[in-house]
Amino acid sequence: MTTTASPLDTEASRHTSIRWAIRDVLTLARRNLMALFRIPTALVFAMIQPVMFVLLFRYVFGGAIPVPGGQYVNFLIPGILVQTTIFGAIGTAIGLAEDLQRGLIERFKALPMARMAVLGGRTIADMARNVMVLLIITAVGFAVGFRPHGGFLPYVEACLVMLTFAYCLSWGFAFVGLAAPNSETAQAMTFPLIFPLTFASNIFVPVSSMPWWLRGFANNQPVSQTAQAVRGLMLGTAHGQSAWVSLLWAMGLVAVLAPLAVNRFRRAA
Amino acid sequence: MALPRLLPMSEYAVEATNIVRTFHDGGFRALDDVTLRVPTGEVFGLLGPNGSGKTTMIRILSTVLSPTKGVASVGGFDVVKHPGRVRQVIGLAGQFAAVDENLTGFENLRMVGLLNHLEKAKVVTRSRQLLDEFGLADFGNKLAKTYSGGMRRRLDLAAALVASPPILFLDEPTTGLDPQSRQDLWTIIEGLVEGGTTVLLTTQYLEEADRLCRQLVVLDHGKIIAEGTSAELKSRLGNTVLVLSFASTHDAARALSLVSGVSTKPANSEGTVIELTVDNGPAAAADALRRIDGDGIVLTGLQLREPSLDDVFLSLTGHKAEETGEAPSAPQDRRIRRRARV
Repeated sequence: MTTTASPLDTEASRHTSIRWAIRDVLTLARRNLMALFRIPTALVFAMIQPVMFVLLFRYVFGGAIPVPGGQYVNFLIPGILVQTTIFGAIGTAIGLAEDLQRGLIERFKALPMARMAVLGGRTIADMARNVMVLLIITAVGFAVGFRPHGGFLPYVEACLVMLTFAYCLSWGFAFVGLAAPNSETAQAMTFPLIFPLTFASNIFVPVSSMPWWLRGFANNQPVSQTAQAVRGLMLGTAHGQSAWVSLLWAMGLVAVLAPLAVNRFRRAA
Repeated sequence: MALPRLLPMSEYAVEATNIVRTFHDGGFRALDDVTLRVPTGEVFGLLGPNGSGKTTMIRILSTVLSPTKGVASVGGFDVVKHPGRVRQVIGLAGQFAAVDENLTGFENLRMVGLLNHLEKAKVVTRSRQLLDEFGLADFGNKLAKTYSGGMRRRLDLAAALVASPPILFLDEPTTGLDPQSRQDLWTIIEGLVEGGTTVLLTTQYLEEADRLCRQLVVLDHGKIIAEGTSAELKSRLGNTVLVLSFASTHDAARALSLVSGVSTKPANSEGTVIELTVDNGPAAAADALRRIDGDGIVLTGLQLREPSLDDVFLSLTGHKAEETGEAPSAPQDRRIRRRARV
């Protein structure tokens, strides 16, 4: 049967082309976003938590935190934006752990879809959610007196820097979600990773007040670099090389974390 | 038809030879040298208790897991060398109804249809058609989380059928279902086979295997311990189990020697109960009563029932289907998963 060879080959390529891979990613990203809107409580909580942080630090702690330049609200909001996009990665871990627990990963793995679409669809949906969160926190920031003087374009650049960083970091949380036995554990496992990265940083306070041993970490860790870049771009002050350092970190992280997550996905069922 | 059935389908839809699968770096053998052949167009059964390796076998054949050793082909394609091709000819409905609870029934089917790379228009008509066929038409726009257990299973099976695969893998399709839902699902499966689909299903229920499967293999601790048609297995076992209950263990012990001649197969005695597998139930019951009568033994109960998986195991292996393996509960399933990922 020499004639069967060619239709089979076209059939195979039909299922593996880049175009199909993109459609698979979009199909799953759309599915994940739909689920997000179907659980309004989850969405509201995702939005409420950063707003609470804004209010807490703006009106409760803020008065007691001296910052260079004097206006704490302008220091705070870029930091909160970075913190919120990074917290979004918790959703990546929980979502994948749930899919695994419910047997959906097993189903996806038996379908003739692109292998990377499950992880790609999840991380891209979570990035889309981060874009929404950025818009909302920006609006809330303006309402509480945030006045970025850097201009519109640098503001967009700042958003791209932090979205890129959070996206690359989320691959590590994809790994956590696939390694966890269930979604509750996945959530618990993210905490010791997220906590030092966001709080031992310059997100809420200048690192100059920290003890020397912590300052070294806090100054140089990637989240601080990202926050410094975002702050510099949004406020129109110097950010030095922070934006480039943040992007380099992002590339480095994704180069290590994505293969880990993909490998975990291959073994998961 | 979503996919052309011009695939060179041979006499066997599934051929697995000497499959070994270990977990924990070889510390646990889930499958130990399993060979099976599923004839095209038939329902083939994998019968066994939890932890016997059924799910691992299904996962290997559906390209979800790779075998440690051995060769398997599905629809003529090697599961390791051409997993992409295999995925185009199979449908998989796993052990736990894998539906997205936050999507509607229709959205679930549409998602799977799109991921099967069907045309968008076709996906919509096919999804509607399946909802209709599976009695879910009125619930197509309801979220899957509102579905009953039976509805979820039907939706799960429908999702496995979106691309009209010629080969279908069903992992314990009726576990946890009420009798009516189970009957409904059996009818659906029988309909699929009439339409030419090859079905490989796993089950813990002898009754289910008997009703649906022409041929089956019995798995225990990852090994095949028996194979043949359902009738062949039953004839090895006896058609009926005669259960005699006594007032005391002493009575039961005395009766055991008297009634053991009723069946050619060894009697199973536990506490105050004696079980005998026999071919002709009523005649064996009358014979047993005659033998115990007049000896002062107090019989408190007599029952005839269909043989269960436990009876099959007792007869084939001399031990009961082990409860200590893996119960079909979610935490246990996680254990299997964790094992699978190590």
